[in-house]
Amino acid sequence: MTSLLTFPKGGIHPPELKKLTAALAIEVMPPADELEIILGQHIGAPCTATVEKSAEIQEGDLIGEVKKGLGVPLHAPVAGKIKAFGMSGHPMRISAPSITIQTDKEAAARLYTRKEWSHLDSKALLAKVHGAGIVGIGGAGFPSHVKLSPPAHSPIDTLILNGAECEPYITADHRQMVERSADMIEGAKIILKILGIKKCFIGIENNKPDAIAAMTEAAAATSDVAITVQPLQVKYPQGSEKQLIQAITGRKVPAAALPSTVGVVVHNVSTTIAIHDAVVLEKPLYEKVITISGQGIRRPANLLVKVGTKISDIVAYLGGITPGVAKVVMGGPMMGFAVSSLDIPVTKTTSAVLFLTEEEVDTKPHSQCIRCGWCLKVCPMGLEPKEIAIHVEAGRAQDTKQFGVFECFECGSCAYVCPAKRPLVQFLRLAKMKATN
Amino acid sequence: MWTVVACLLPPLLMSVFIFGIQTLIITAVSVLSCVAMEAISQKVLGRRVTITDGSAVITGLLLAFVIPPGVPYLLPVLGAVMAIYIGKHLLGGIGYNIFNPALLARAFLLATFPVAMTSSWLPPLKESSIFAYMGTSIDAVSAATPLALLKAEGMTAVTEAFGAAPNIYTDFLLGWRPGTIGETSGLLIILGGLYLIYRGYITWHIPVSMLATIALLTWAFGGDTTFSGDPILAILSGGALLGAFFMATDYTSSPTNKSSQLIYGIGIGGLTVLIRLKGGYPEGVCYAILLMNPVSSVLDSWFKPKRFAPPLAAGGGK
Repeated sequence: MTSLLTFPKGGIHPPELKKLTAALAIEVMPPADELEIILGQHIGAPCTATVEKSAEIQEGDLIGEVKKGLGVPLHAPVAGKIKAFGMSGHPMRISAPSITIQTDKEAAARLYTRKEWSHLDSKALLAKVHGAGIVGIGGAGFPSHVKLSPPAHSPIDTLILNGAECEPYITADHRQMVERSADMIEGAKIILKILGIKKCFIGIENNKPDAIAAMTEAAAATSDVAITVQPLQVKYPQGSEKQLIQAITGRKVPAAALPSTVGVVVHNVSTTIAIHDAVVLEKPLYEKVITISGQGIRRPANLLVKVGTKISDIVAYLGGITPGVAKVVMGGPMMGFAVSSLDIPVTKTTSAVLFLTEEEVDTKPHSQCIRCGWCLKVCPMGLEPKEIAIHVEAGRAQDTKQFGVFECFECGSCAYVCPAKRPLVQFLRLAKMKATN
Repeated sequence: MWTVVACLLPPLLMSVFIFGIQTLIITAVSVLSCVAMEAISQKVLGRRVTITDGSAVITGLLLAFVIPPGVPYLLPVLGAVMAIYIGKHLLGGIGYNIFNPALLARAFLLATFPVAMTSSWLPPLKESSIFAYMGTSIDAVSAATPLALLKAEGMTAVTEAFGAAPNIYTDFLLGWRPGTIGETSGLLIILGGLYLIYRGYITWHIPVSMLATIALLTWAFGGDTTFSGDPILAILSGGALLGAFFMATDYTSSPTNKSSQLIYGIGIGGLTVLIRLKGGYPEGVCYAILLMNPVSSVLDSWFKPKRFAPPLAAGGGK
């Protein structure tokens, strides 16, 4: 095993709390009676529905398309009937337009067979990735075909698969690396072929030794391309693109630039599985593995759920919530969003739903900044969160550009260490909003 | 906060051992006054009462640490009003105080009670009981601090009174000499400070740069001829260690970036030596820190942390 790498600047070590679900095999959740598929699943333009009300649809059918702008098509997660076009709850946008599908409980799950892909060229492979509606499902939701078509002036030499999974609680990527390692390596080969390169690193934090072992074994079977599993030290936010690239290659992506600037493309390991399925099985992205965890859920699990499944249906399937639940978070506890309702559906970018009890959430009131400077020490981007927050509090959010507020990717390390419990990420988001206008 | 309190307790106990039980009473009066003042100030100003956060307790301890062990019990009460009400809450409350509240109170007491604050020193109790000074008239026992003696009568007088090197260093390190309540045992202060650094609550930058500057400048200019001053004595006396580890590192009144912390420490060290050698006072740490406090935010706006990677020049690309 090679030595453990990590990024040098900042970072924190929050409790991992992955034990709740790390050893649980991925479980398939039967489709709920009704699914709500949000038309704007990710960054970019929302889809326009391509189906009429009351139309009968089959699992995997196209139901939405992007007419103009950046985006990918949307597919039916189940066989059934289009019930309504309405609004659904959304963790960030409060509500968003959606399609409601009534599930046909009688229909059998669609079967996919293996297709040969070695004869396909880069362009044909890319078309399959786009057609299957693949986006970065690690959380950012950037359409994958765009990431796989880097600008001509930035030659790519390295692919990095992100298996860091540095957020506490979440084990969805971990389980997929253990259970689907061979598919993941095949997915990596597809991406390498699309990019026309031969070098790939898979970054995995050292707290997942079984994933490192499984991936190393699967990678050993390849000969034509160089796929290296790179164990990493456990440190948050290692799964951030810029930090991961620096940890593995030593290259620094400049502010406001894409990884392609330094010759690297990064994909999440679960996106790699989705790309494998899109090319090898010609299966669109309409279901995904998410971690349901926290002390507040009766039965924590790693679930394969249909996109559009409401949190309330997941709760019912897992035996309900415990009385002490204080907060429900979509995504990880560091970067996720607290939700106000259980009617919110899972999207392509949901990685986890956490049910946190009073003990797991800090609800103490925050006080003024005491200028201890701890946030400066942990900020992986070398920013001064305290200065930005003080400016926001003083009504001078528009003056925060000088502090590089747009380089912040909201990892929450500053808020995690703040002894005054200040909601620094919220202050920084506000600063970004005001500094733009 | 409570870790800092814990780090301040060993020097306090040592002080009781050296100067007697009344140091404990002065400290208790100071801490209680500060906590009470915090509650009163926050009530008066309509703010949330936060006396449980430990911040007023630290101010109370530090205030007691910078006054002589033989002062009347009224002094720490007045000091608490200055430190907490004026120095902290009228300037905006926690996080907004420009000056270190405990030192501001010391400067205030020094100006209003100059006699008590500069002559209530007690010689260490080597063999007597810790209750020896209770009830005794302070004037009968007061003694001069080493720096006051050095200023008034020169190095020979200091050696006569406290012994020659290396015995004087050991005595001063352990705390056997007249001084304020908290500046007695250099060793315990250093240990407390090192623990705070080890736990990551403070960094080495301010204490090291400040103490190194004091040592270097005293060595160069503190003697009768150039490079004949005593750097070790300079660090072990006049509250330099207490100032370096517990006062100059106060979060709110000190800078946050590493480079600005180094310059801040050098500034305090330089001003300390300047006041000690050329000024009217024998001791300079308190005023040096108070003078550098307001420079903190300026230093922080000059020196910025190193960003991850700068943006590419406009129209760039590879």
